[in-house]
Amino acid sequence: MATSKPSIAVHKFSSCDGCQLAFLNLGEDLLQLMELVDVRHFAEAGILDEEADVDIAFVEGSLSTPQDLERIQQVRAHAKYLITIGACATAGGLQALRNLADAKEWVAAVYAQPEYIASLDKVQPIRAAVPVDFELWGCPVNGRQVVAAVRALLFGVAPIDAKDKVCMECKRQQAVCVMVARGEACLGPVTRTGCGALCPSFGRACYGCYGAAENANAVSLGMRMQGLGLPAEQIAQHFETTTNQSPLFAQATARWRGQHG
Amino acid sequence: MSEDRKLEGRKIRIRVPVLARVEGEGALDLSIENGMLSELRLEIYEPPRFFEQFLIGNPAQDVIDRVARICGICPVAYQMSAVQALEAIYGVEPSLWAQAMRRVMYCGEWLQSHSLHIHLLAAPDFFGVNSAAELARLDAHAVRRGLRLQGLGNALIALFGGRSVHPVGVRVGGFHSAPSLVDVSAVTERLREARTEADELLRWVASWSLPDDNQDFTSLALRHPGEYPILRGRLVSDAGHDLPIDQFDTHMREFQAPHSTALHALLDDKPYLVGPLARLNLNADCLPDELRALLAEVGLELPSRNMFHSALARAAEIWLAVNEALSILQDYAVPDSPYVEHQPCEGEGVGCTEAPRGVLWHRYTTDANGNVKTARIVPPTSQNQARIEDDLRQSLLRLGLDKPEDELRLHGEKVIRNYDPCISCATHFLRLRVVRS
Ligand code: SF4
Ligand code: SF4
Repeated sequence: MATSKPSIAVHKFSSCDGCQLAFLNLGEDLLQLMELVDVRHFAEAGILDEEADVDIAFVEGSLSTPQDLERIQQVRAHAKYLITIGACATAGGLQALRNLADAKEWVAAVYAQPEYIASLDKVQPIRAAVPVDFELWGCPVNGRQVVAAVRALLFGVAPIDAKDKVCMECKRQQAVCVMVARGEACLGPVTRTGCGALCPSFGRACYGCYGAAENANAVSLGMRMQGLGLPAEQIAQHFETTTNQSPLFAQATARWRGQHG
Repeated sequence: MSEDRKLEGRKIRIRVPVLARVEGEGALDLSIENGMLSELRLEIYEPPRFFEQFLIGNPAQDVIDRVARICGICPVAYQMSAVQALEAIYGVEPSLWAQAMRRVMYCGEWLQSHSLHIHLLAAPDFFGVNSAAELARLDAHAVRRGLRLQGLGNALIALFGGRSVHPVGVRVGGFHSAPSLVDVSAVTERLREARTEADELLRWVASWSLPDDNQDFTSLALRHPGEYPILRGRLVSDAGHDLPIDQFDTHMREFQAPHSTALHALLDDKPYLVGPLARLNLNADCLPDELRALLAEVGLELPSRNMFHSALARAAEIWLAVNEALSILQDYAVPDSPYVEHQPCEGEGVGCTEAPRGVLWHRYTTDANGNVKTARIVPPTSQNQARIEDDLRQSLLRLGLDKPEDELRLHGEKVIRNYDPCISCATHFLRLRVVRS
């Protein structure tokens, strides 16, 4: 019986460990999950078998060393489904800001120091190296998202993709709009929902931690920020979020940095 | 004599490539040659994430939101040390309400992080199992209790920050918003119920057969009159240090060891300990009477030289966090404003708080707009790294280098995990010197 249970693995690359916590913070539900599925590899939870074949591999973190590139191939080869969890795995994470800087300069500085630190020129999301079956956005992803993904796949259906924008969620909650009421530069109009419009409900602007929403218009949001009196450099800074490698945010950053320079 | 002969010519090399049950990626390398430890290193090979670089040029709120991403397990600690340093620069003092609530939020992080460590990371070592899931088959009650306490810690953080990983509530001058009375009462109710569980938990940990391994080491922690240290105080050690936080770096020196992507720190050129046991060793007199009595009852004498008492120290701090959060929240009232206004400006400031794993020190300088010019962050795990290697050397010698490899490996891992090293924290600070021409 035990062998017929679906199996999962949780792998870590360059990250803060915050997305794995979506599992470890499930509370007593964690024990239930561990009964329902066979956890084959999850280093932080003490379960080690990197090479085990699994139904679902959850991957946290971004690729930033040559070894990472080899390891992710292994992870892919041993998994039926590969799901990235969080902004690091899905879009490079905050550490991908180094891609925007003069990467060569930084890397050279690293190599000029000890020889043992191997580093790629650019921090990459998992998708850059292997096919990804599903991406969960968020910095961090939350327990609801990971449990829903496990459930959906166990029942053989595709997980539901959150497509709405934070802005819509705000409207649903009838929260006060921080942009209209306080003139704050909020990324809610271009950020995908999933958090429940957390920041606006705390009375502050969204900083885009769930990544760019589909069909979002970053150009008009940038213009609106300009209308609020923000200089180009600050507008660019607003798009340099933990999901700065979302194509939409990366373009917006480039656009406003360009105007600045 | 016979011992020596047996060891003669025995060369073993033990490598534990992925350390299980630690935060982040690390490895332990041991070489034993002719019965002597010829090499021992705790290798940290997480790639550096250059966080300090990402703070430069940014305004305060971005700094608070970004430093959280250094560590998913102690984001509150990072936010608090950062906001404290920035408030020192801008000359703003949060209201007494905000100061008290920050202490409550921080208690939430201790509760969450310590419970996670005790149950999911450390306990399996003392029950001969590999994971908390296996442990749950032996003692479901204990594991469930631990997960509930961890959940309560998360709830306390979420009360002030919306979520427990990378919460969004902290700002310069206080908080973005104040929790409602209803939300506070719900958590207060859970805290009340948790008091008994915290009691039971401490007795449970005291019943583990913790190795008796007394060692010589220096403890360093914050200390503030009349309270157990979390958010303020002077840096004190049992080697005679008593420093204001902004003079820490006149005694603490960081350097880069060739086998690690994390910096190591020394205090007056010696390894030292930060974290729960160090805090308890230096602040036993600040504990509530009830907790002191409980610790005496289970036989913990303070100060303790046995590093394995760290587990007990975490349990004691869980007890403290539950009771402290409860006593502060009992008289909760929604304030007129959750924050005081400030004007960003140029300056230099230091922030230092007690992260679950120990002293977390930040220093920033800002430009005329109050944006960060330089940033320096010294996390607990890099401070403990030299102490961990010292401990490994002593404990493995005491265990006996002639022991089978498996036993040496297991014991080594146990010693390391006892420090609850957070490798994610430790590796995000490889500092670069970039010469621009
Ligand atoms: S996406 Fe955010 S929370 Fe998740 S691992 Fe990366 S930095 Fe941490
Ligand atoms: S930054 Fe935006 S997406 Fe992230 S929690 Fe806040 S509101 Fe949600």
